[in-house]
Amino acid sequence: MNHSYNAIAKLFHWGMALVFVGLIALGFVMTDMPLSPEKLQYYSWHKWAGVSVFMLVWLRLVWRMLNPPPAYPSTMSPLMKSLAHLGHAALYGLMIVIPVSGWLLSSAKGVQTVWFGLLPLPDLLEKNKELGHLLHEVHEALNFMLLFLLVGHVAAALKHHWIDRDDILKRMLPTHGTTLKDNT
Amino acid sequence: MKHLTTFLLGTVLAMSAHAVEYKAIQPEKSKVTFQYKQMGVAMDGHFKKFVAQLNFDPAKPAAAQAQIDIDLASIDAGSSDADDEVVGKTWFNVKAFPKATFAAKQIKATGTNQFDVTGVLTIKGKSQDIKFPLKLVAQGNAGVFTGGFVMRRADFAIGEGMWAKFDVVANDIQVNFQLTAISGK
Repeated sequence: MNHSYNAIAKLFHWGMALVFVGLIALGFVMTDMPLSPEKLQYYSWHKWAGVSVFMLVWLRLVWRMLNPPPAYPSTMSPLMKSLAHLGHAALYGLMIVIPVSGWLLSSAKGVQTVWFGLLPLPDLLEKNKELGHLLHEVHEALNFMLLFLLVGHVAAALKHHWIDRDDILKRMLPTHGTTLKDNT
Repeated sequence: MKHLTTFLLGTVLAMSAHAVEYKAIQPEKSKVTFQYKQMGVAMDGHFKKFVAQLNFDPAKPAAAQAQIDIDLASIDAGSSDADDEVVGKTWFNVKAFPKATFAAKQIKATGTNQFDVTGVLTIKGKSQDIKFPLKLVAQGNAGVFTGGFVMRRADFAIGEGMWAKFDVVANDIQVNFQLTAISGK
């Protein structure tokens, strides 16, 4: 039985962790800035990265289906296992829903999303000021939910490491052997 | 009978050749729009207020007069952020230069209801000769004039300082207009 995530799964996990934290931070910074060329650049970069992440999530989910993650330790109660599954499902759900809400928000604001300035995504909504404002609120609220879940995710990983003293955290660490079966 | 037909036909032709002089612009059936690129994204905008003076007899384009004054503060540049920004000093500086003006110098027929217009475009105290094709479509007693041209915002110092580079907001601006004018004597 495999006790660790494989290298690709780890790359997806840590890569997307970095990108998501960066994207959220950029989102807060750019919306607070006064109008400037940099602000418009940051918006574009935020959208390009958002579209990229949206596509990567699907690749990640396919990879996850082909390479099921290691099972939870038997020391976890069924309730805790269900909670963990639910939490991860919510994280994946938000990773898909948040970029879509951003895309719709862009359309409603009348600024088409053009991936890397090259590939225009179709506008699914007509320009509409009120709807644009509402979708902005939705996009922001979803991001707060994601932040909340991320904090819970990290807290749970640390709890497993320091309190339960199982290998839940270690098996996702980049330095942790991907093929080693020895997990004592 | 043949004489009468010729006479009638001649009268109709004479009427259409002389009676049509387009003068009064109908603002609600006219528009001035522009397109530009921002970070590779096509953006649309338009001006809500403009006045035009027109004396245009399609049969005598050389004698035609045309001038359009655009109230720059009436801009819709795509978002309220952009609207607030572009009236400022680095863009249009509407306090000092409230209007953009185009005055035709020469109008030449190039075909049936097709013309070439040469004139002076003045924005922000800077003037430049421009030339563009103009099309006329008669609709009852109204004439619909359509045309467009590409201008470079740098030629008129539109977007100075931090906006002067073209990597975020492109230099080329496509301007299009559709003016509906009523014919009168």
